[in-house]
Amino acid sequence: MSLTDASAPTTTRRLSTSKAMVEAVAAEMDRDQDVFVMGEDVGAYGGIFSSTTGLLDRFGPQRVVDTPISETAFIGAAIGAAVEGMRPIAELMFADFFGVCMDQIYNHMAKIHYESGGNVRVPMVLTTAVGGGYSDGAQHSQCLWGTFAHLPGMKVVVPSSPADAKGLMTSAIRDDNPVVYMFHKGIMGLPWMAKNPRSVGPVPEEDYEVPIGKAAIARPGTDVTIATLSLSVHHALDVADELADNDIDCEVVDLRSLVPLDTDTILESVGRTGRLLVVDEDYRSFGVSGEIIARVAERDPGMLSAPPMRVAVPDVPIPYARGLEDAVLPTADRIRSAVFGVMGR
Amino acid sequence: MDTATRLDLYRMMVLIRTFEEAILREYHADKKPVFDIGAGAIPGEMHLSAGQEPVAAGVCAHLTSADAVTATHRPHHFAIAHGVDLHRMTAEIFGRVDGLGKGRGGHMHLFDPDVHFSCSGIIAEGYPPALGQAMAFQRRGTDSVAVAVTGEGAANQGAFHESLNLAALWQLPVVFVVEDNEWGISVPRSASTCVTSNADRAAGYGIPGLRVEDNSVEGVHRAAAEAVARARTGEGPSLLEVHTLRLWGHFEGDPQGYRHDLDGVPGRDPLPTYEQELRGDGVLDEATVKSVAAEAADRVEDAIAFARRSPAPDPKAAFDLVFA
Repeated sequence: MSLTDASAPTTTRRLSTSKAMVEAVAAEMDRDQDVFVMGEDVGAYGGIFSSTTGLLDRFGPQRVVDTPISETAFIGAAIGAAVEGMRPIAELMFADFFGVCMDQIYNHMAKIHYESGGNVRVPMVLTTAVGGGYSDGAQHSQCLWGTFAHLPGMKVVVPSSPADAKGLMTSAIRDDNPVVYMFHKGIMGLPWMAKNPRSVGPVPEEDYEVPIGKAAIARPGTDVTIATLSLSVHHALDVADELADNDIDCEVVDLRSLVPLDTDTILESVGRTGRLLVVDEDYRSFGVSGEIIARVAERDPGMLSAPPMRVAVPDVPIPYARGLEDAVLPTADRIRSAVFGVMGR
Repeated sequence: MDTATRLDLYRMMVLIRTFEEAILREYHADKKPVFDIGAGAIPGEMHLSAGQEPVAAGVCAHLTSADAVTATHRPHHFAIAHGVDLHRMTAEIFGRVDGLGKGRGGHMHLFDPDVHFSCSGIIAEGYPPALGQAMAFQRRGTDSVAVAVTGEGAANQGAFHESLNLAALWQLPVVFVVEDNEWGISVPRSASTCVTSNADRAAGYGIPGLRVEDNSVEGVHRAAAEAVARARTGEGPSLLEVHTLRLWGHFEGDPQGYRHDLDGVPGRDPLPTYEQELRGDGVLDEATVKSVAAEAADRVEDAIAFARRSPAPDPKAAFDLVFA
């Protein structure tokens, strides 16, 4: 089974994103003995953001492995195990921590297949928590997906809904390439963090894949395309619902994957609406928002009836104090203002 | 040590030296009169391993193609000693379509999955993937081991220490090899390292640390026998440092102006030293020396001819193989 658009789930069972994600990992661990999980606090704790809850009890410490705080060593170990044909899932607790282990990620995990002329595969998943909105400061709140997507050789998936979290995880584990699976803490449905109602949703019970590299139209509309990802999809949908009363019909494109990026779906949407707003919780400069606008401009700037706009984190570190952080994150207020702006109102 | 083993070690050292001398010749042949690192049939950085043959020959004598080796930016000796396909390795160094990486890797990025060989151009970063290979071997119930190689300069990197801790913690079947050639490019060990022997650092991780002081292939062979056996029988990792010799520059084109020890280097060359020893012990005679040299030259020149015959890759192929 394959889910290619957001409306496909017909189930009434509702799960949080974290539970949906864990369900996919557990199903793949049942199906394939080569799948195992390792990372910091993935065992008894169940993942700081509940990405591995219950897996230790079910599969034991041989397959759900707590590691020392040695990201270079254990991410590198995952690479070596993958090279030998296993399918490890390694968790980098926060994407912000990539500084201590990026060499293994971008120089090894991402390059071995290419350097080997395709003779060595690295089928692994690197899961990592991203995002802010809960005053965790400049070193624990970043998204940074643009950095990973910039570097060739790794797929990058960024789910926004429980159903996609499950289907993208299944696809990521089964993929023969390294896949970086970036989950926003704010979409996980954690009981200890403010959450959008969209962090709990219908999730089919059976196994299914959400194809990597296929965006979803999260909400069809005719006036403006909001291309976005992860938690910002929730905010964009909220704003779209609200603006329907103002006779602005927003189409929300949930990118779901950054690598590969589904340029066709973006272009088709912009072709229909003629207006583009990119909402991105990563830094503004040299990142996802600029890339998407560039891809539209490269195809045909004439598609745009108004200059494109973007709502992203201005190029400052994420501040701590609540009011300061809200000022830089892509909040509903900023998205709403930008929609008005791109609509010329 | 039995005669057959001694002869095997000698043959391997000669093969490696013959290969490195041939690459040296080919590398410089079309970079004259002015050295241009990017010019010629073999472009780019070239780190040759002459002088370090005892480490690779002595360690790899204990391995089979089911064991893994992760080598460094200076990988040829370990690649050859571990049985990497010499033709395809040479073609890769020449950047040709029949190379191990179809021209995408180069001499610092040689991958031969048939013998579980890989190398990395980033100092110390070949250690962590070896842990994972060892994990896979262990989980699958095989007695294969992973040998992770690095230089003495790498022993000051975080990856080195993280890897020792993790391997010791999980009792992984790994042999950590440190090639102490005394020089991290131009920085001597005395200016980089707070201990006189990196083998001493093994104690900090509760694993055996061995140091072979004289760059003797038989010394390496004996020490590696112990370390490999420990790994193979589930007794966990060991660290083996060999005080070896970088006979030539860090890379070709290195003027080595910093190298105060150069005058003494020829006398420390392990190959003539070992040859003399074997002659003295009656293991080698003139005829055998000649036949070993001829056999090595044949294999190496055949590999170089294979590489030269292999076509350069179609430039359009640069866009392929990013993903499986």
